[in-house]
Amino acid sequence: MAQKIDIDQVRKVANLSRLDLSSEQLTEFAGQLSSILEYVEKMNELDTDGVEPLAHCLEVSNCFREDIAKESLGTDKTLSNAPEQDGQFFIVPKILDESNAS
Amino acid sequence: MSSVECKVVIGLEIHVQLLTKTKMFCGCALEFAGEPNSRVCPVCLGLPGSLPVMNRKAFELSVMAGLALNCKIANFTKWDRKSYYYPDLPKNYQISQYDLPFSEHGFIEIPVNSGDAKRIRITRAHLEEDAGKNVHTAGNFSQVDLNRAGTPLLEIVTEPDMNSGSEVRALAIELQRIVQYLGVSEASMQKGQMRFEPNVNLHIIKDGKEYKTPITEVKNLNSFRALEESVNYEHSRQLEEFLATGKTMEMGNKSTRGWDADRGVTVLQREKEEAHDYRYFPDPDLLPVKLTDEWIEDMRSKLCELPLQKQFRYVKEFKLSEYDAGVLTAERAVAELFEGAVEQGGEPKRVCNIISQAGLKLANEAGRSMAELNIDAEGVAAIAKMVEANEINAGAAGAILAEMTKTDKSAKAIAEELNLIQKSDASELEGLVDAVIAENPQAVDDVKSGGKKSKAARGFLMGKVMQKAKGQANPKIVSQILAKKFG
Ligand SMILES: [Zn+2]
Repeated sequence: MAQKIDIDQVRKVANLSRLDLSSEQLTEFAGQLSSILEYVEKMNELDTDGVEPLAHCLEVSNCFREDIAKESLGTDKTLSNAPEQDGQFFIVPKILDESNAS
Repeated sequence: MSSVECKVVIGLEIHVQLLTKTKMFCGCALEFAGEPNSRVCPVCLGLPGSLPVMNRKAFELSVMAGLALNCKIANFTKWDRKSYYYPDLPKNYQISQYDLPFSEHGFIEIPVNSGDAKRIRITRAHLEEDAGKNVHTAGNFSQVDLNRAGTPLLEIVTEPDMNSGSEVRALAIELQRIVQYLGVSEASMQKGQMRFEPNVNLHIIKDGKEYKTPITEVKNLNSFRALEESVNYEHSRQLEEFLATGKTMEMGNKSTRGWDADRGVTVLQREKEEAHDYRYFPDPDLLPVKLTDEWIEDMRSKLCELPLQKQFRYVKEFKLSEYDAGVLTAERAVAELFEGAVEQGGEPKRVCNIISQAGLKLANEAGRSMAELNIDAEGVAAIAKMVEANEINAGAAGAILAEMTKTDKSAKAIAEELNLIQKSDASELEGLVDAVIAENPQAVDDVKSGGKKSKAARGFLMGKVMQKAKGQANPKIVSQILAKKFG
């Protein structure tokens, strides 16, 4: 039986998630993801005629907070877990931003 | 020669920053500028285990905007995750609304030439959170500031119903007025609180056949002028490109271009290789919102008369010019000051002049809005009435208004204090006229002799009387007395 997800699709999804997978991993995950989809496909056997799509599994809605400020972490704490920082900003590899390219 | 007819077609995507004290899903304060990465917490930083909770104010402001844009408000709405990877997006997804936005199918009316309104359809308006900011430095790295991450944004998408740069500009200004009137947003383009991204293409009829050029989306627009100019630029650029290459929408993908304000051109931006694939799915961390009709009606009751309706009403009801009506309705506080002064008996055109000339000049000089000037409707009405009654001249209105910003004294008291009350007592003024006549026999002769010189001489005598009265003579009465003297 053909797999639900082929290697190219796994490669694409991995790329979207910025994951660098080896060819062994691509094969492995294609198999795993396919069997997950096959399992989930069982759901299609259920008769869902006249059933509203579910937006959330809890039967609760309208959970709000008031527009009142709370203390934030502050710069030092905010940056404390960052792999790289300069005391003010997170430091990341240079972004080739489309909006600044000319 | 082949015949070419060309129509430009524009739709807009607009982001409006909501006027709340805190972010959309956490209690971090929203402040312009501020120490980088200081207004950040586990929620907007996307730390594991943190849970977002919706800001009620942000939600209600959005619904008000949706109602003002004549949208159908959904009774059920939910939150979705839009996945993409970028350093300014800490969670690697943006909380947004995908298939069940809170509002859809509305319209906005924009003023077009000479008092007409054009209706532009609104496809949808939904809520989402803003990303952080990347600071690009010269080195081999970039800096990221997450203070802005999680700021509540209202995204409004219009149908491609605009057909010129000026219509796009008109929509932008109208939308800005609406959200400012309703207190939904400060909507300053300079502060990035309102961002416009036009989608532009052309419908061309060449030799009886219709072609559509590829759509371009224009970014980096931070003024109304840039918005209008970029659309006009795209109009001519796309026509040239079509005539040279014949490229149509079917052949090319949508592209993104950035506006270069210095050169007045749009520049093609780097295209990502893969098409966007945002993999939307419902956010399990956030509960849906059910809106009852009562809640919607409660928010509808908080709306006010919209600026364009006001503008048209001022022309009709008060016989003001389009221009004056536009100036008075640009800001809600100014419109309310005007209406209040008219209600208290000020003659509309007179009140309009006092506000639009003296008032706005004062505001400009002070670098403030009219609302911050400590001028109330009662004071403006009092000044207008004094001018109407010839107690002061029109020029004195500005001086009184200026003084009003500094004290709480009445218009009358200020006028007296500043010696601005015109002398209208005929017998007193007659004495001044007699003195002037006695001192200026030559001018008197000229008046009497009639002819060319007469009119000038009469003006000269009038000026002398005003001088003697230190500018406080009622010119109408002086000229009546002069007329009586010379027949
Ligand atoms: Zn936060």
